[in-house]
Amino acid sequence: MSAMISIRDMLVTYDDFAALDHVSLDVEEGESFGIVGESGSGKSTLLRAVSGLAGFDSGTLTVAGKTYSGQSRTKEFYRTVQMVFQDPYGSLHPRQTVDRLLLEPLAIHGFTDVDVRIARALDEVGLGAGFRFRYSHQLSGGQRQRIAIARALILEPKILLLDEPTSALDASIQAEILNLLEQAKRDRGLTFVMVSHDLGVISHMCGRLAVMKSGKVVETVPAQALENREFSADYTRQLLVASEGFSRG
Amino acid sequence: MSVVEPLKPYSRAWLLSDRPTSRHQARVGRAYVVWRQFSENRLALLGLFIILGLIFIAIFANVLAPHNPVQGDLRNSRLLPPGSAGFLLGTDDQGRDILSRLLYGSRLTLFVVVLVAVIAAPVGLIVGTVSGYAGGWVDAVLMRITDIFLAFPKLVLALALVAALGPGIENAVLAIAVTSWPPYARIARAETMTFRNSEFISAVKLMGASPFRIVLRHVMPLCMSSLIVRVTLDMAGIILTAAGLGFLGLGAQPPLPEWGAMIASGRRFILDQWWVAAMPGIAILIVSLGFNLLGDGLRDALDPKEAGQ
Amino acid sequence: MMMGNPSVNMTATTEAPLLAVDDLRVTFPTRTGEVTAVRGVSFTLGKERLGIVGESGSGKSQTGRAIMGLTAGHAKITANKLEFRGRDLLSMPKSERRHIRGKQIAMILQDPKYSLNPVMTIGRQIVETLKTHEKVSGAQAKERVITMLESVQIRDPGRVYDLYPHEVSGGMGQRVMIAMMLICGPELLIADEPTSALDVTVQLDVLDILDKLVSERGMGLIFVSHDLRLVSSFCDRVLVMYAGRVVEELASADLSKASHPYTLGLLNCLPTIGSNRHPLPVLDRKPEWSL
Repeated sequence: MSAMISIRDMLVTYDDFAALDHVSLDVEEGESFGIVGESGSGKSTLLRAVSGLAGFDSGTLTVAGKTYSGQSRTKEFYRTVQMVFQDPYGSLHPRQTVDRLLLEPLAIHGFTDVDVRIARALDEVGLGAGFRFRYSHQLSGGQRQRIAIARALILEPKILLLDEPTSALDASIQAEILNLLEQAKRDRGLTFVMVSHDLGVISHMCGRLAVMKSGKVVETVPAQALENREFSADYTRQLLVASEGFSRG
Repeated sequence: MSVVEPLKPYSRAWLLSDRPTSRHQARVGRAYVVWRQFSENRLALLGLFIILGLIFIAIFANVLAPHNPVQGDLRNSRLLPPGSAGFLLGTDDQGRDILSRLLYGSRLTLFVVVLVAVIAAPVGLIVGTVSGYAGGWVDAVLMRITDIFLAFPKLVLALALVAALGPGIENAVLAIAVTSWPPYARIARAETMTFRNSEFISAVKLMGASPFRIVLRHVMPLCMSSLIVRVTLDMAGIILTAAGLGFLGLGAQPPLPEWGAMIASGRRFILDQWWVAAMPGIAILIVSLGFNLLGDGLRDALDPKEAGQ
Repeated sequence: MMMGNPSVNMTATTEAPLLAVDDLRVTFPTRTGEVTAVRGVSFTLGKERLGIVGESGSGKSQTGRAIMGLTAGHAKITANKLEFRGRDLLSMPKSERRHIRGKQIAMILQDPKYSLNPVMTIGRQIVETLKTHEKVSGAQAKERVITMLESVQIRDPGRVYDLYPHEVSGGMGQRVMIAMMLICGPELLIADEPTSALDVTVQLDVLDILDKLVSERGMGLIFVSHDLRLVSSFCDRVLVMYAGRVVEELASADLSKASHPYTLGLLNCLPTIGSNRHPLPVLDRKPEWSL
């Protein structure tokens, strides 16, 4: 069975610097795939290249059976793939109400039953109708991220790209958002590609993960491997040790 | 959750509610918050009052003016000082009541200011946002065109245009508008470039929005407050430019009571009958001040860093 | 609301504690009324490490800033006692407060991108700090700065001396910040999320350096962070803050015996490798915690 997302030899360069250095990976339908790395690893560049927000110089990208190149994407692509961004304070338009924010994707794709869909979207992310006409500066970080998720899900995509969706949130809010994401994935049979620097979050949410460093995939392991220490790369070990916190050694 | 009584529409609680139940309530509520922020500034309120006064006078000039602004009594009422019977601010060299001329002249002032704003601001906004969002050669070309217009001193370019088109207040308006749009383009471009790479724009791109839609519906609203502030602050300058053109005889033509033209014709008598030139000068001063105070107040109130509601 | 008695934990000493805080309150006037960010925080600190943990809005950063004297000008700070080595910080003249700041109490901020002056070279910035508090010649200053940079394990201090902040990595920038703050030999260090902006592998390096320096110099440390586990592994004691108050105070070793539901909730809601809890336990915020 062909993969939902298939990336072969993707190269992204800025001047002489290779942000993505011949990266290949596959994401199966219905799986939750994690990408872990530190800053400069290329993990966010990978998501942006898949989504079309950034172009790629060479390589192939196949999503749900269709091939895409550079930055050109079709409307069908946007109905299939959506993204949740990292910064809840930057990913919502500062001058628009929640209603307007959720209306936009529906209007672009020509949906007519907007009121029903908006109400349902708010409900799905655990926010009541009272939030519908608030402005984004009247919402907390967790609430904003819920709106961002509602916006991503309102077009009923099959694939959700998640760029560090909880890094900017408090720990207790993070738990709520992660639970919400899991619920949504279960209910809708989504495929997740989640980028994070936090091994705990990735191992909780994902079944398989790829470790990236300096634009390359170091290794791809099942999440179990982290627990059982069944990985091979040194860098993965370093990340694991670092995630365990400080110890006076 | 306990049942909450519906709030009385347009009451203070309704306006400040953090759970608005309709688009209308949200919008009006936000406007109310901006108003509250604005009205804390006493000087800004003064500016607003002056401008509202100007508009009121312009509308009701025919009711308020005691005399005919264009026809005067040459024989009896030439160059009467302020405070003379029936002539509160005196008369000019053609026996016309200065107060009435000022009141009717407010219409011309308002005409100039509003038309220039209505022409120049949208042009600047469109050029700036397109330039800022598109980048590349579109940006380069549009900005060079803007630079060309900016390189000319405003008054000189306006003069040249009016000289070419012929004197008259409509041509003066056009000339001033042509020289006023470049700064708005610059502002709009700078704002657009700040937002161009924000995540909320990326999010909208990811929905499949066309660049046209993004610029029109997402970027332009963000440039609005800076632009409104800048236009308001510019209005004082526009009035002065129109007055300058009028002073040079290239704006409003006699006998129209345009304030700048009044100053020009009163120049001859400035030593002995100072009021003929000074009164319109004071009027220009007050209106310019009004626009400046209003613009300052708007800038504080429309600050995008809304520090809580 | 549980507040342990810290004097029981401290080693017996007759001299004034390094820092004594009693009922510290920080209030900000806003358009919609007054907001009290810190509502009655009390603790004492000796030559030990204290962690202050909380989420955003808990008041932990404002507590640190109030001690340092860096709160915004329009804020109102009151306390029954805010004493450093027995001297009242709130009533002392501004010039004296300024003298203490940097020389005796130092603060490390979160992101070196924003806390280092971008238009000054690293060397110059640290020299400036040194010269503000001590009378040293140019050459002496440079020598001390180089030594300090070495002590934060910067391998080529002579080269880094002439670099600008944007030319060094985040981890190195934070080490520069530590060097800058410790060069005058302060007795108390307040670290406000010192590693939150750094990559995970770099975090441990920076914490190691901080650990070593604090031990060597016998300093007191206040470690402010949102990361309860990190703080408890680094510090001797932990204060957990919620809505401006301290809801729990315990020794790090006793973390597993935490009793306040907020602390327990914080500990439990983090996803960790190997613990398979779906869904994650979520914090059930009780209104009485913010009373």
